[in-house]
Amino acid sequence: MPAEPLPAADAVIIGFGWSGALIAEALSAAGLGVVVLERGPYRDTASDFPPGFAPDELRYAVRHDLVVPTAQNTITFRNRAGQTALPVRQWGSFLPASGAGGGGVHWNGQTWRFRPSDFVLRSHLLDAHGHGVIPGDVTIQDWGVTYAELEPFYDRFEYLAGISGRAGNLRGRLQQGGNPFEGPRQRDYPTPPMRMTLAPTRFADAARALGYHPFPQPSANLSEPYTNPLGVVIGPCSYCGFCERFGCGNYSKASPQTALMPVLRRRPNFALRTGAEVLEIARAPDGRHARGVRYVDADGVERYQRAELVILAAYTFENVRLLLLSGIGQPYDPRDGSGVVGRNYAYQTTASVQLFFDDTRFNPFIGAGALGMVVDDLNADGRDHARLGFIGGAHLAAMQSGGRPILSRPTRPGTPRWGGAWKHAVARDYLRNASLGASGSSVSHRGAWLDLDPTYRDRHGRRLLRMTFDFHANDLRMIQHATDRLAGIGRAMEPAAMVVNERRGPYSIVPYQSTHNVGGAVMGPDPATSVVNPWLQSWDVANLFVVGASSFPQNPSYNPTGTVGALALRAANAILTRYLPSPGPLVSR
Amino acid sequence: MVGLFASLVAAAHAESPAERGRYLAAVGDCVACHTVPGGTPFAGGRAIETPFGPIIAPNLTPDRASGLGTWSDADFLGAMKRGVRPDGARLYPACPYVYFSTVRDEDLLAIRAFLATLAPVANPARGTEFGFPFNLRPLMVFWDALYFRPTPFMPDPSRSAEWNRGAYLVAGLGHCGACHGAKGALGANRAPGALDGGRVRGWFAPDLGGDPRAGLGGWSLDDIERYLATGSNGRALAAGPMAEVVENSTARMTAADLRAIALYLKQDAPLSPPGRGPSAAPNDNLGAAIYADACAACHRASGEGVPGLFPRLAGSAVVQSARPDTLITVVLHGSRAAATNAAPTGPAMPGLGWRLDDASAAAVLTYIRSAWGNEAAPVSGDAVRRGR
Repeated sequence: MPAEPLPAADAVIIGFGWSGALIAEALSAAGLGVVVLERGPYRDTASDFPPGFAPDELRYAVRHDLVVPTAQNTITFRNRAGQTALPVRQWGSFLPASGAGGGGVHWNGQTWRFRPSDFVLRSHLLDAHGHGVIPGDVTIQDWGVTYAELEPFYDRFEYLAGISGRAGNLRGRLQQGGNPFEGPRQRDYPTPPMRMTLAPTRFADAARALGYHPFPQPSANLSEPYTNPLGVVIGPCSYCGFCERFGCGNYSKASPQTALMPVLRRRPNFALRTGAEVLEIARAPDGRHARGVRYVDADGVERYQRAELVILAAYTFENVRLLLLSGIGQPYDPRDGSGVVGRNYAYQTTASVQLFFDDTRFNPFIGAGALGMVVDDLNADGRDHARLGFIGGAHLAAMQSGGRPILSRPTRPGTPRWGGAWKHAVARDYLRNASLGASGSSVSHRGAWLDLDPTYRDRHGRRLLRMTFDFHANDLRMIQHATDRLAGIGRAMEPAAMVVNERRGPYSIVPYQSTHNVGGAVMGPDPATSVVNPWLQSWDVANLFVVGASSFPQNPSYNPTGTVGALALRAANAILTRYLPSPGPLVSR
Repeated sequence: MVGLFASLVAAAHAESPAERGRYLAAVGDCVACHTVPGGTPFAGGRAIETPFGPIIAPNLTPDRASGLGTWSDADFLGAMKRGVRPDGARLYPACPYVYFSTVRDEDLLAIRAFLATLAPVANPARGTEFGFPFNLRPLMVFWDALYFRPTPFMPDPSRSAEWNRGAYLVAGLGHCGACHGAKGALGANRAPGALDGGRVRGWFAPDLGGDPRAGLGGWSLDDIERYLATGSNGRALAAGPMAEVVENSTARMTAADLRAIALYLKQDAPLSPPGRGPSAAPNDNLGAAIYADACAACHRASGEGVPGLFPRLAGSAVVQSARPDTLITVVLHGSRAAATNAAPTGPAMPGLGWRLDDASAAAVLTYIRSAWGNEAAPVSGDAVRRGR
């Protein structure tokens, strides 16, 4: 039975993660009436993450309390066409969030800007290396936005979040101690880098001696107290080591809770409804105009929220699924490459190196999600990558994110898996190990896409999203090269023992790798190869904007949140300065 | 003298009486008691907890049946200045008519003019439910006879206009002493006009005198003004009942009025007698260990806190107050700081009552009252138990 429409909002936003919260802030500041629908529960710092139980590793890291329950929503997975996809019943390779703050609650805080060449990847590679460099089945493309156009919004995001780091390129002038490969930034980070612990310091020393250019990881775990442009105070990190998979109990990790909610909750024209799961985007009969959204509220009652503007700002998977369920845009057909919704899904390609020392104690219990030193020399457009037989690249890092007691018990090779000898080895190696990681890019390709599963449905009877994905051979070559270099730095740190965890295909969805799932509703200048235009406006429905990493046409090596934030702020700016004065398509098809 | 009086009427407010009244109603924080949380402002119905039982605040909207719709100006002045309703019944002094008796008629009538502009709301207040004998309103005549001396505000011509404005606001509409003054057995201030610290709803409203530890002695004029304007001044965060006062009242006041209040409080506000007990023994190992485990991540090992986020404990007047009620309440039940446009963060502290037993909570409170140069009496496990 159709639900009685609720009074129309100026804008309804689906999802209250970083994207939804940033757009809600911008639109409500401009006076628009904003309703946000969030499928998960309401959460705030002191009520839900008090330090007395926030560091509960079993609850949060093992049982995934901040992740969407698979009974509510999951995906099905297969490696390639022809296989039967099966539903994920326990999250592994990635952890899609649910609840107020979204992934902005349980993220590590590693905050990057993508390189200028990342936004024009296809044309950049063709210019630099000619046609042969891009494998025929690889569908990487330009974004339709340049780094220079995005820079003011990167800046705005970093200053709202208070990011701790050191500039590497100020208005074109390289800065000692920062990332020399980053694009030019108009000003330095709002707060200085975090204080560095021993393992990242040793990594940086070894890397520097090998000719690399290490720098501190830009971090949303703040190095010092900070008041953002909205007047909200974010605290200094206590290096407790419970960031990833956890909410921050002492207001020191930038999140929608700590950076934006204090001002949003004061605005009478802002409303957040939690436990509100959107079923579909409703459209006018001509299909060109969104009328609002149908959703099920926290009491299980179906509601219909009308709105002048619909902002789809859920996680990558749900953005794509809601488009497919609502019949918006042409679904991608992998057989002939036609269609766009679900096309260009991409992931990340990771590997690691574990080092064990006999006499050096690294105190891994001191940590933060973005505490570490990074080497970016091997990334993106590394000059010899085409000669080596791959495109893309990786950044290498020693991150000390916290040696938590359940999941962090590394022992050196040859140690028994149980018994007294194992206990002895754990006690010896816990303090004496350090972990290095390589995070690599992921090309989009014909064999990786998202569509609706033909078999499995959710509790509302709606088809689940199906992922078809395997690593492209290009990415496995890329990560092997990066892993070899990472091991080289590891050896230079002179460990007593070293374990190299290489990445090999096929992709397994079981071990945790990265929650940086991107694409499927990608942005671009051409409606034949993108779902949204460069302002993140739907090509098909002018009053619908689709925001988030679903808009990435392929995935660079970096953590996506900085770019997700910048794109959301740019979309909000386009809504206010371009769309509202003259509603309609911002780019004609 | 005439000039001084004129300045008290705040030349800055040259608006209509109703507009002036809107401001003065904010100064008086009428909305705090006369509004159910989340309800229509000024429509009454909120139960005000007192040691004698709850008092139900009446409806101030112009509804004729349940509000002030049929009241005359004289009726309004009678209630505000003498505590007598038009039907002759006596008010309970939860309504601070004791303070409002010092307020000039023009200001009270401006508030009435503002209230008359509100949309009428039908909201018959439930009756106040005191136990015998406090349920007998006529007996209030004796209370008034004992404790109530209606006294119009008399400016001190030897003081500046600004000081006099501050004194007028503190003693009158601001009714600061209603919380910040020590009370006797029947709820009257022991010393009229005193701001020597008082207990309210499980909190201790600190001594506003010049004591360098437990009072405002260590605060500058700017500290006071910023605290009242924003709820946060780098030393302290307004929490508990004071958070409501800041949000509803002082954050809406003009900088000039806040400056006047600060000036008055810093200069010659009635000094309270030194009433501190013996200081706690320093180097309490249990308290220090609990502090390191449960408090230091936010309040820092140094007790310095983080300005605007985590209150400073070292040198804090709240921490060193004569009575530890606020500390016990905050540690057991948690608290949320005021959120204002100027300082919107509104950070909260989670309650620790579920993880600290009485002795542990007492130990850590005793520790913070003696660490970093603090000096205040120890906190007993019994006091913590009573706060649960």
